[in-house]
Amino acid sequence: MIFDYYPGCTLNTKAKELDIFARKAAEKLGFELREIEDWQCCGAVYPMGADVVASKTPSVRALKASQDNGRALVTLCSACHHVLKRVNRDAAEDAEFRATLTAYDEELEYNGGTEVLHFLEVLRDKIGFDKVKAAVTNPLIGRKIGAYYGCMLLRPGAVMAFDDPESPTIIEDFIKALGATPVTYAMRNECCGGYISLAEKEMSAKMCHAVAEDAVRRGAEELITACPLCAYNVKKQAGDILPITYFTKLLAEALGLDGEEAKANA
Amino acid sequence: MLNPAFETKEILLNSRTIAEKCMKCGRCSAACPSYEQMDIRPHQFVSYLMRGDVDGLLSSTTLWKCLSCFACVQRCPRGVAPAQLIESVRLAAIRQKGGDGITVEDVVGELDDEMPQQLLVAAFRKYKG
Repeated sequence: MIFDYYPGCTLNTKAKELDIFARKAAEKLGFELREIEDWQCCGAVYPMGADVVASKTPSVRALKASQDNGRALVTLCSACHHVLKRVNRDAAEDAEFRATLTAYDEELEYNGGTEVLHFLEVLRDKIGFDKVKAAVTNPLIGRKIGAYYGCMLLRPGAVMAFDDPESPTIIEDFIKALGATPVTYAMRNECCGGYISLAEKEMSAKMCHAVAEDAVRRGAEELITACPLCAYNVKKQAGDILPITYFTKLLAEALGLDGEEAKANA
Repeated sequence: MLNPAFETKEILLNSRTIAEKCMKCGRCSAACPSYEQMDIRPHQFVSYLMRGDVDGLLSSTTLWKCLSCFACVQRCPRGVAPAQLIESVRLAAIRQKGGDGITVEDVVGELDDEMPQQLLVAAFRKYKG
């Protein structure tokens, strides 16, 4: 099974682990992430203004490339996933947006036909967590792990259609498939502060503390995330409370892929 | 400064949400993680726009405290998207000369080796458009 793959800017640089362990795990699980050619940065935030069109063109180009390839487009980064899924919805439903795009560049004619999937959705919906479980050679028995969803994977629920936006279970089910114990806590879908941590560290610190302290209170000993910005903020602001890693690293460890390497980098 | 009535209409149109559906329940403010740092809270922000007080909003700290986490959008029982209204006013602010929320010089002192590109790209989009 082959999926088109959009890594995004951070996965080639500061979040290489999120990328590398996903590719290795995919291979073991029998599918391939085939990076699309000449992708451009998604912009990291979805442009909400109705008159903002140019900032969406990199996403449209990627989505259209996948449509031409006849494959679903997979992302790992929460931000890329968020932006691509929402621009895809715009292309499907907003005729004015489509008209502006093609007036700007005929090659941007696109009607939202590509299926955008997060890597976790691939595991749940295309591979199946039962198959993931069957492939685990190093079950993470006894590990108490909190899923940190953050904001962008889930909201707005009507567009993201990723999971129940207020009571998600996909990452908990993923943790179970790896043999570990998921710890459910209230703050798991609250914001880490996002980009605000650039200039207002104390705001982000407060939010990250609230998340980490709630997770610990419910018994979590570590957190996993799909978002490089969540990982950065929580590590930086609340790293002394509990460690946070990418979900793909945990997956690779459970699948017996460079387990020692994964642990050493934790 | 543009004609205030015209500007309000433009801002509402550009937000792609229907502010008039607001029933002032305050759920958006209850859900907002930046509530304490905002001078005009999300539910108030909607009311300001309804009565056309754009000037008050253009100088509001709220424009630079909203995280676009979409908690208010998700939890509004009336399907209003306060984050989109804030974004629309923020766009109006940064499109004015000197209206950016941060300068490049401000950013230089805040960099560190672990900072993901995602953070910088997002911050530049939000603070400078």
